[in-house]
Amino acid sequence: MTGLTFELLCMQLLTGIALGSIYALLALGLCLIFGMLNVVNFAHGAFFMVGAFLGIYFLGVTGNFWFSLLLTPILTGCLGLLTERFLVRPLYGRGIDYPLLLTFGLSYVLIEVMRVTFGIEGLPSVTPEGLGGTVNVGIGYFPKYRLFLIAATAVIIFGVWFFIQKTRYGLIIKAGAADQEIVKVLGVDIAKVWLLVFALGCAIAGLSGILAAPTRSVNPEMGIPILAESFVVTVVGGMGSPVGAVLAGLLVGIVYSMTSLFFPSLSELSIFVLMAVVLLIRPQGLFGKAGAMG
Amino acid sequence: MKQKVTNQTRRKVLIGGATVASTPLWLNVANAQADTIKIGFPVPLTGPFSAEAQDQVKAAELAIKEFNDAGGFNGRKAELLVRDDKLNPGEAATRTLELIEKDKVNYVVGSLSAATQLSINAVCKERKILFNSISQSDAINEAKDWSVYTFHEALNPTMTAGALARYSIPRFGKKIVFLTADYAYGHEMVRAFERAGKEMGATTLADIRHPLGASDYSAFLPRIKALNPDILVLCNFGRDLVNAAKQCTDFGLKSSMKIMAPVLLYTARLAGGPEAFEGIIGGTSYYWGLEDRIPTAKAFNDAFRKMYNGSVPSDYGALGYAGVKSVLASVKIAKSTETMKVVTAMENLKYDWYKGPEYYRKCDHQAVQTVIIVESKSKNMKDKYDVFNILTIEPTTEKNMRSCAELGHKA
Repeated sequence: MTGLTFELLCMQLLTGIALGSIYALLALGLCLIFGMLNVVNFAHGAFFMVGAFLGIYFLGVTGNFWFSLLLTPILTGCLGLLTERFLVRPLYGRGIDYPLLLTFGLSYVLIEVMRVTFGIEGLPSVTPEGLGGTVNVGIGYFPKYRLFLIAATAVIIFGVWFFIQKTRYGLIIKAGAADQEIVKVLGVDIAKVWLLVFALGCAIAGLSGILAAPTRSVNPEMGIPILAESFVVTVVGGMGSPVGAVLAGLLVGIVYSMTSLFFPSLSELSIFVLMAVVLLIRPQGLFGKAGAMG
Repeated sequence: MKQKVTNQTRRKVLIGGATVASTPLWLNVANAQADTIKIGFPVPLTGPFSAEAQDQVKAAELAIKEFNDAGGFNGRKAELLVRDDKLNPGEAATRTLELIEKDKVNYVVGSLSAATQLSINAVCKERKILFNSISQSDAINEAKDWSVYTFHEALNPTMTAGALARYSIPRFGKKIVFLTADYAYGHEMVRAFERAGKEMGATTLADIRHPLGASDYSAFLPRIKALNPDILVLCNFGRDLVNAAKQCTDFGLKSSMKIMAPVLLYTARLAGGPEAFEGIIGGTSYYWGLEDRIPTAKAFNDAFRKMYNGSVPSDYGALGYAGVKSVLASVKIAKSTETMKVVTAMENLKYDWYKGPEYYRKCDHQAVQTVIIVESKSKNMKDKYDVFNILTIEPTTEKNMRSCAELGHKA
């Protein structure tokens, strides 16, 4: 391949990390919901899409990206609250299939609602003021917004880690994931914990949506391919392992990016090949516990 | 048992009475069915090209309305039967069969993708129904898929990509990189651009194939930048084009190369916004801005504005209009709705519905028409519709199309 320089490889790697950051965030949200509630959230891509729409909409209305960045996850989190309380909760105890089907149907509903509200073409997305343009990163020019994306994702992931590991609420969540019965016996209202975790997962999905929105077109179907990719990441990382989700997200992004450099038409296939290889060698995922599924 | 008899008698009276009472209705329906000229219109109303498809429906309805308002054909009115083919060739074939067998359409106009076009054409060919295709495809002109019932209203990649190459290579340079959607249409655009480029000494540095429907192109961009071409050709369509344009802008590619797209859709430009498309040039079959220089364009735009609240027709929309109008005009000229007579009339039709003079080439029924090269703008926009500057109009000529022999037709 002509022109293959060290700089090009580094640029490609950086691009992969930017791509992987979104995957990591989404997978983290999925993982929280699955780890705590044993619910496979098929509407996760739809929440991502809703977050993107709301984010761009508020950016257009207020002109302030930071405000939209703050407001969007709160809104998608509230949507998550309602979903858990009224749709998912009645299905607890019936096994893994029912919530899966429900969230699957929910995603269709959300997509249609967005189509009706914002039109089938979607919204033209813009790069926020001050974050546009390219920056010289030593090896070449890289879009400033994608650097922001990597940084923002790192901050958010750190924030979630801190919340789970270092605060009382995080402790309760971890305990609840480990053994629900004991937590109930100890007097904690487990229902409230479920509510919070589901809402948190959806809030993270919405946040990924608004963060990703300036890099691609915002349309009602944007959540569908993202969902498939998030599941690949979750499987590779291990369902129920937050560390796995984040690292696998970055790995998948890098694999996609590097494949695009050498075999561009195989780039989408490459992540599924990765998943297949991981499943063959280590079925529970890179960081998952054996027998974690079911 | 008397009760039962009474019930049965009452039932018979009711049924008989209803039948008699509704007879005039039947006669009307039967009359109407015999009278209206029905045009089947299968287009992807759902899916990624729904915006373009819906515009096609709107413009086609305008053509029907104009025909009916002018008195129709011997008092017979035309009717458009719109069906959703969901951008799926199997679905398109089923819908077309339904239109022909159940709804008894006289003609079919439609399709918005290379694959669905070919499947609709296959059905019409078998059932001997005239089909006027209103979307791009190089394959439909080729002898193996073509039939005497096949007409192609839209441009094909050879014409659009060729016109774009002829305009841009002398102006911007000879080193080309393609970012291509990995499906037949993408490859056709590359082939057509290279074909025209070869005559001008252009070289292809790389043809980077991306999966159809990819939302993230960032992975391909560092390599494109490293190759340092004069021209980057985005051989993709609709949403893919919007994403690619946006991300190319983000990565600062515009500062070192000229970006262009063989098919630059009005709807894509609106969806992507001024910033993403700024400076990108492309080919199109129609832009409403032609009304400044072509009277029929103005007439068409005004009629569309009147019918649809001030909005203007898009490029693909205009094809819906012309596709239906040509068929109905040929019916009037042939003085008959019989398929072969209409085909002959259409073969000899010289028309100017919305963009200047056009006609159908005899060997493959391809509409010989101009290609407009436009450049997207972000400043000095008079209103939300004013999105392009017209750079040039490549005149109508068969020289820029693949020859009949090349397509496999016997002269």
